[in-house]
Amino acid sequence: MIQIKNIHKFYGKGESRCEILKGLSFQIEEGDFVVILGASGSGKSTLLNIMSGLERPDEGEISYDQTMLEHMTDKELTEFRKKNIGFIFQQYYLLPNLNVDKNVKMGADLAGNKDYRKTITAVGLDKKRQKYPHELSGGEQQRVSIARALAKNPKVLYLDEPTGALDEETGRLVLDYISKLQKESGFTVIMVTHNQNIAEMADTVIRMNSGRIVETLHNARPKTAYEIAY
Amino acid sequence: MIVDYKDTLKMAGILIVSFCAVFVCTLFLNYNLDLAGIKGEITAPASQAVYDALVMSGKVISGVAGGCLLLTTVVLLCFYVGHYIDIHQKELGILKALGYSRIRIAGEFWTFGCCVLAGTGLGYLGAHLLMPTFYDIQNQEGLFAEMEIGFHPGLCLLLVLLPALFFSLLAIFYSYLKLKASPLALLRGKESEKVVKAGKETDLPFLQELKRSNARQRKSLIFFITFAVFCFSSMMQMSFSIDELASRMMTVMIISIGAVLACVTLFIASTSVIRANAKTITMMKVFGYRSMDCADAVLGGYRPWAYFGFALGSVYQYLLLKIMVSVVFADFEDVPEYHFDFPIMFLTLLCFVILYEGVMFFYGKRMEKMNLKEIMLE
Repeated sequence: MIQIKNIHKFYGKGESRCEILKGLSFQIEEGDFVVILGASGSGKSTLLNIMSGLERPDEGEISYDQTMLEHMTDKELTEFRKKNIGFIFQQYYLLPNLNVDKNVKMGADLAGNKDYRKTITAVGLDKKRQKYPHELSGGEQQRVSIARALAKNPKVLYLDEPTGALDEETGRLVLDYISKLQKESGFTVIMVTHNQNIAEMADTVIRMNSGRIVETLHNARPKTAYEIAY
Repeated sequence: MIVDYKDTLKMAGILIVSFCAVFVCTLFLNYNLDLAGIKGEITAPASQAVYDALVMSGKVISGVAGGCLLLTTVVLLCFYVGHYIDIHQKELGILKALGYSRIRIAGEFWTFGCCVLAGTGLGYLGAHLLMPTFYDIQNQEGLFAEMEIGFHPGLCLLLVLLPALFFSLLAIFYSYLKLKASPLALLRGKESEKVVKAGKETDLPFLQELKRSNARQRKSLIFFITFAVFCFSSMMQMSFSIDELASRMMTVMIISIGAVLACVTLFIASTSVIRANAKTITMMKVFGYRSMDCADAVLGGYRPWAYFGFALGSVYQYLLLKIMVSVVFADFEDVPEYHFDFPIMFLTLLCFVILYEGVMFFYGKRMEKMNLKEIMLE
């Protein structure tokens, strides 16, 4: 279980100091599909960075099954991310000089996963294992990034606008992969998006505005990637 | 304006190198020209021999220092222009897509010559400030008639204005070549074009794979780091080894300039290596790789090349000084025989290890504290 208590985050100094997160508290159950929904500038990406241990909050507590993140040193945080967290970004951030196989291996080696090629097959890129990122379409690159994140067997998968740079068809395909793989493996998914329709796929929706949670919804019957409007 | 004056400010390395080059050349060539003016007054054979030796030393030092520094500046300038295009390729792609011609965009790169002008101008000025002391020391020897400092406009043109013009044109020419890519390729990012595919499939661990890939893909960085360490090694060793062959003042000057240049070039090369790999290191850290592993996998691939550059520099400086002593000064008496100086080499190696590993360590530590978001947004 992930527990967030009274998280505050400020950026800037002096007069330009600005409060991005204004005392957020909530909890996420293991195996949940959570969507953090909000307009640009609402603080959702900052929240994701803090929850995943990429940034530190100025105030507040984050705990993963009683493990407190805010007291960890940078080394401990790195170790924590290694064991627990997977990331998928809007811009993919694949290593351009390595092929698909090696990019996925980047995640797999951290978990000692020798069967990482199964993950490549699972995202439908088996025939493109030797291709380099620039030889792939946007959707394929995002699928590599999914395989890379999943190959490290994360307990929690963080996604920052994963379909933001994709067209509708590819976006649906990517969401479908994530959703299916989550159901198979049972990891927790926390996705940040501004697309209200994607929120219909989630078990829990946290709606943010100006650094505050304005609404938390639970979907009784989450939709599939092909059932939602786009 | 595509290239801002602020961009050229980042090229402090070129300014320092051109300053040193012009400083040394102005000092010795100006002295040689003034010395030539009193040639007719020299009658004693001993004075004639000293005169010949001084003229030859001046020519050799100006030639070696000027030539070596000219090459360094060319490499640095091309590196900076290439680096500028790499990090601004999207903006340049937009300009090309909008219809700006390649030559029109490349023409804006003339501003890169401004920092060369600043360096050569300051070097020329610096040399003239030191000249009274330099001439006093030479005059005190009493071998020739008292010499006055002469102003030679030709030197100013040759060492200050022409290099600036040459480097402005070089920046335009090199950027013109680099901007050959189509607007789409620039907009997409040229990393795709640089990828060198691996020959055969291997099953090495990711960290080893990355190390190999870095060595294979980033050839320009490998060349730059090898060249920088080559300069460091040769300049430092040459500066100290010249002690027996030149006057005290000349030695101190050459050591100072050699040390400054060597450190500047090496520092630029090391920081470039780290900056070029910042995103890869960041991504690895996001995924949970330890800083030590990141540094070793990403930066470790350059280390063998750096040491190769050091060895090459040691051999080069030995051969150059050996040729200088045995061929150029063959007709002069009392010129000591030159041998490879092992203590100096080990001392230089120690300085290199401290500097290179220190910069890598410092940047590694700085990167640990860097905001990940900041790097990803760059």
